[in-house]
Amino acid sequence: MNLEIVPAAAYLIASLCFIFGLKRLSSARTARSGNFIAGAGMALALAGTFLLPDMGHFCPILVAIAIGTVPGWLLAKRVKMTAMPQMVSLFNGMGGACAMFISLGEWIKAAEGPALPKLLGIILGSVSFTGSLVAFGKLQGLISEKPVRWPLQKAINACLLLAILASALASVRDPSGGLLWILALAALALLLGVLQVLPIGGADMPVVISVLNSCTGLAAALTGFAMHNMSMIVAGTLVGAAGSLLTVLMCKAMNRSLAKVVFGSFGLVPKGAAPAAQGDQTMREIAASECAIMMGYARKVIIVPGYGLAVAQGQHLVHELEQLLEKRGVEVKYAIHPVAGRMPGHMNVLLAEADVPYPKLLDMEEINPEFEQADAALIIGANDVVNPAARTDPGSPIYGMPILNADKAKNVIVIKRGRGAGFAGIENALFYQSKTRMLFGDAKKALQELITEVRGL
Amino acid sequence: MIIGTLAMIYIFILAIFTGVEVISRVPTILHTPLMSGANAIHGIVLIGGVILLGNAGDDKVLFALGFIAVILGTLNVVGGFVVTDRMLEMFKAKTPDKTGPDK
Repeated sequence: MNLEIVPAAAYLIASLCFIFGLKRLSSARTARSGNFIAGAGMALALAGTFLLPDMGHFCPILVAIAIGTVPGWLLAKRVKMTAMPQMVSLFNGMGGACAMFISLGEWIKAAEGPALPKLLGIILGSVSFTGSLVAFGKLQGLISEKPVRWPLQKAINACLLLAILASALASVRDPSGGLLWILALAALALLLGVLQVLPIGGADMPVVISVLNSCTGLAAALTGFAMHNMSMIVAGTLVGAAGSLLTVLMCKAMNRSLAKVVFGSFGLVPKGAAPAAQGDQTMREIAASECAIMMGYARKVIIVPGYGLAVAQGQHLVHELEQLLEKRGVEVKYAIHPVAGRMPGHMNVLLAEADVPYPKLLDMEEINPEFEQADAALIIGANDVVNPAARTDPGSPIYGMPILNADKAKNVIVIKRGRGAGFAGIENALFYQSKTRMLFGDAKKALQELITEVRGL
Repeated sequence: MIIGTLAMIYIFILAIFTGVEVISRVPTILHTPLMSGANAIHGIVLIGGVILLGNAGDDKVLFALGFIAVILGTLNVVGGFVVTDRMLEMFKAKTPDKTGPDK
């Protein structure tokens, strides 16, 4: 008993650390300390585990931890800020796989105890593992970002789900332990993870990652049930619940229905409504010099940064341009769409990296009324988040999505790499408006030109 | 046993409410770091891996499963916390600029 009190206390304090850490993570001022507290809790829980009775194999444990730490640390330190979402997905997949292996081990080890947590742990862990890897591949560009489709998709997935249930039942009924059934179960669940995420388009990946994140949380909690470990139940459930809420919040911000994301229908553009033929379809180009004059003599400019800016690594240049304009007495603000970048909050992280002052970054609700007073809206590598079709065209797949009212500004300048459609593959009528001017080119190059021109004014 | 299982279910239910309550006021800009932070916290499965490996005894299969699980769990924990910290570091870096509440 005395031997068990130390780990138990460690787990209790660790659980409190996770709750406080998560709490602090949800406010900008305290977030970093929150992450630190949660990390300390993790270290404490780990240390307590070493003191559990009947533990052995300390050397292999430390070796395995070392093997995991080095690549984890290096990957996390080296990854570019633009690639953060897929990194989160990758690490999430590792957690899922971990839960899967543990549940498998628990199944082999002990036939007694309720089977349900182990079975669900295997299923959720496996789905989360392969699903996260596919999400990683899509965002990393290893797999096509476009929704991959094949006939009878839903029917196949439904059959797969039935097969999983059947093998779960068979494994419980099998008097000899049902190991083969369990392996079949794991294989089917792994396949389900792939097939479930493959048809979903790149634009929906943040939601998918969030869903899989809470999936892994739940898998961790179930593993905790199987192992009678309170800290795992608390931490896993916390993440499962918080992750689910986060998914809902994200869906709201992106105006997606969760069911549609998961069961696939976004990206299926209704055939008839595809090319919205309205008036002339010419884009009006503008030279950087002219663009610089337009902004340099404006009173108010609103910058709308999008993923294209992040890809071109142009955050620092935008900040430079903003400072130049401010020096000339132009009021500059940033309009941040909730899903600018690739995940909610991603663009804030990227601009923060470039030292853009926090108060200049305005949420959609705050900035939208201000567009009408803006002399120019500078849209850099953003597309769908300023597409007026979301307001006007019920046939558009993004209809109803809250957008930035950049089209209300007196002038609109769009820096865009090419004439193609955006991330979600939808035409944007804003680009054809008479007050819109296009500055084609890589965001970084275009911004450099602009900065030179504004300096020369 | 019944009491133990019941206690676990109690904790499970209470943790659900805590998880929802604790992040219910998160601003949009923190969605990505929060997701990443939560991702690091479910790295708690590492503990399960350590217990599995620590109790594997002479069983080679359990040893292998535990060993792999610990590696994967550590990746999740270390990667998760470091990535989150890198994201949040940026928010922190410019708190000095935030001296006066600008509107």
